[in-house]
Amino acid sequence: MNIAHIREQFPALHQKVHGKPLVYLDNGATSQKPKMVLDVLQEMEGKINGNIHRAVHYLSAQCTERYEKARTVVKDFLNADSEDEIIFTSGTTASLNLLAFSFGQTYVRPGDRIIVTEAEHHSNIVPWQMMCQRTGALLEIWEVDDTGALDPKKLEQILDKSEEVPKLLAITHISNVLGLVNPLAEIIQIAHYYNVPVAVDGAQGIVHKKVDVRSLDADFYAFSGHKLYGPTGTGVLYGKVKYLEEMAPWQGGGDMIETVSLRKGTTYAQPPLKFEAGTANFIGIAGLGAAIEFINGLNIKLIEDHENEITQKAIEALGQIDGCKILGIPGTYYGKTYEKIPVFSMTIEGAHPSDIATLLDRMGIAVRSGMLCAEPLLERFGITSVLRASFALYNTLEELDFFVESLKKVLKILR
Amino acid sequence: MTIKDKQAQIVEEFSFMEDWMDKYEYLIELGRKLPPLEDASKTEKNLIKGCQSRVWLDVKREDGRLYFRADSDALITKGIVSLLVIVFSGHTPREILDADISFIDQIGLREHLSPTRANGLLSMIRQIQMYALAASAENPA
Ligand SMILES: Cc1ncc(COP(=O)(O)O)c(C=O)c1O
Repeated sequence: MNIAHIREQFPALHQKVHGKPLVYLDNGATSQKPKMVLDVLQEMEGKINGNIHRAVHYLSAQCTERYEKARTVVKDFLNADSEDEIIFTSGTTASLNLLAFSFGQTYVRPGDRIIVTEAEHHSNIVPWQMMCQRTGALLEIWEVDDTGALDPKKLEQILDKSEEVPKLLAITHISNVLGLVNPLAEIIQIAHYYNVPVAVDGAQGIVHKKVDVRSLDADFYAFSGHKLYGPTGTGVLYGKVKYLEEMAPWQGGGDMIETVSLRKGTTYAQPPLKFEAGTANFIGIAGLGAAIEFINGLNIKLIEDHENEITQKAIEALGQIDGCKILGIPGTYYGKTYEKIPVFSMTIEGAHPSDIATLLDRMGIAVRSGMLCAEPLLERFGITSVLRASFALYNTLEELDFFVESLKKVLKILR
Repeated sequence: MTIKDKQAQIVEEFSFMEDWMDKYEYLIELGRKLPPLEDASKTEKNLIKGCQSRVWLDVKREDGRLYFRADSDALITKGIVSLLVIVFSGHTPREILDADISFIDQIGLREHLSPTRANGLLSMIRQIQMYALAASAENPA
């Protein structure tokens, strides 16, 4: 199987926008879906539809089976210990909000500290700020350096600062701006040495790296289905069972209870159901299962080589554009190798990202411009907006060339 | 020229342009021609919220008329605000508040802006109207 074959399975890639063939380079925001996923959604919406975990009838049983099968698929994909560690949510943001609420409720007291890095997406900042407001905890910032890399020594300084160790480190696997792969295993090791659990924002990480939560020893790992070639409105929170058993539930409702009594009070179900109140997006989750099975069917080595080639060539080609500065350059920082996924955020002297993106759109190219939901990181670099081209496994080298050539044309108009 | 006449003139100019690349290039030209605001006027107060790029709108009142100046760090946006400045600058608050703003739809600008952009444009117009409203309340003509 080659990239052309893979492309054929994504109907959305074969359309024109503004009369030009679509070149979709906004995969960091959301990915297109393969036919395998679309078929599952259509079949279930149109036919195999019955509420899960409730009734004895055929359709309900079918849907429950598919929903729970997706849990097994996700468990295997992450190499988790058991299905009980896989909570289905509506996306990374929901996963992180759930975690911030439930973890905060159970473990965090006034004066406690929570660490976040400066390179986080707003989704991995704001829920923690809100948790701090609720609990009276304090947010500690692990700052990035001028290249965007994180110095482990700074983490140790924060961890060493007082007798009371922080309650949690929340960190992204891969920043959606920089595209640099954080050396998670080492970082988690440091945190665990101080008995600090680690919550990972895997929204970008899960898409581009093989994630093994057991060998990483991550305590929590959150991701979205829609960036992983799956349906919108689906997500996962992986959590170690020892935490999930202790943590208070987030939302209350059906499915998350054991018994409900108006007089004696309510007892909760075991995880994961304890954290899945109400009718889940079971059709979407079945689609997420299909997306992961689609990925499992691909030659991962081929995909990785392909993405690495795009990354190398893009850095070379963009580097030749006068005044173009890419944020997040792969290399060795603090003795660790930082790889880069094909996500290229850049500033270009004399041209504003929103102008560039507007003109590229007219040429059929979809890219992002703006703050990328990472205002603190942009502020750190003293900028207010970037242009981002983010590639997926179905993007070709020809598309990269076309993007670079079109960018040059646009810059001629703008500068 | 009245606000209505100015709008008609813009609509006519755009009608000669066939494709949207031409229209954007025209907006970029307008953006370049708009004199930049000095840093002292690029204040938080003059910053318009809800735009993808930063946009500042400054207003001065002279002889009962409002004079607008604007700037943006993005050129196309600057071109768009330049249209607003051309249309609204030099008119009385009453004229501004009574104006029927039709040129944006007539040149197809709204449908060719992404919704985030269109929201930004709306915020700019609202800000202009707010200034006019404040001025007319202060000193009803
Ligand atoms: C690094 C990162 N974290 C979190 C999110 C939020 O994901 P979602 O909007 O799917 O909840 C995103 C995507 O925008 C992201 O790139």
